[in-house]
Amino acid sequence: MTAKVTYSDVEVGTELPARSFPVNRATLVRYAGASGDFNPIHWNEKFAKEVGLPDVIAHGMFTMAEAIRVVTDWIGDPGAVVEYGVRFTRPVVVPNDDHGAVIEVSGKVAAKLDDNTVRVDLTATSAGQKVLGMSRAVVRLA
Amino acid sequence: MALDQSFVGRTYPPTEPYEVGREKIREFAEAVGDANPAYTDTEAAKALGHPDVIAPPTFVFSITFKAAGEVVEDPQLGLDYSRVVHGDQRFAYVRPVRAGDRLTVTSTIEAIKSMAGNDILDIRGEVHDEAGEHVVTAWTKLVARAAEEA
Repeated sequence: MTAKVTYSDVEVGTELPARSFPVNRATLVRYAGASGDFNPIHWNEKFAKEVGLPDVIAHGMFTMAEAIRVVTDWIGDPGAVVEYGVRFTRPVVVPNDDHGAVIEVSGKVAAKLDDNTVRVDLTATSAGQKVLGMSRAVVRLA
Repeated sequence: MALDQSFVGRTYPPTEPYEVGREKIREFAEAVGDANPAYTDTEAAKALGHPDVIAPPTFVFSITFKAAGEVVEDPQLGLDYSRVVHGDQRFAYVRPVRAGDRLTVTSTIEAIKSMAGNDILDIRGEVHDEAGEHVVTAWTKLVARAAEEA
């Protein structure tokens, strides 16, 4: 495993390049197929509203998959991720319009740990609201 | 209705092996829009020290969640799946999942709690390869929201 970021080059507070990830209904249908999660709250507006949601929402695991890209794009080698966890605090609501939704993700180094590993804390928002809580990854740097 | 606490610690038998296909990894990477070559290009993956293409970090959830379905659908446990939402998700990796892996999942109920009428279920999925080596552990917290008063 060969991260392109060196442990000695990062400090607590080092910011990772932030990213924006657009998501629309087609994205969700595609993710449903690839992941095998066909829960209708992710593609059927009528069903979503019947169970009390404002509209179709993104798969939490889709948001989790996007958020870690800030880390894996930074280090280059996705195999250098040692731990990754999130709390799903709010749904990403995806309207059926020309825009869909956008998931904004930023991250910074929160702690330097043993064995060349660091903890990165991620922030993910959509429509100005935090959608993930306790979003943390531990990665092994070079 | 509160879930039966005696299920805490219960471990379910390992699943049949799931074979990780390189085209399934590609499909997943494309679905999340991730162009990292380690997911699709064997040479790029090898240059990073992996024997073959690897899967994105959250790919394994599809496998562990299917295994957790056995717990969720256990009629003796009696969870109302129509009211379940995904609360937390965490992974600890020994190594990345890669093409050609034949993975089994052993699910254990770690905790059952009741808060404000919600049932909270923590499930741990231990993922092993064909050689019996530990690959990754997935922790999934499911919350069954309290039923509305009739």
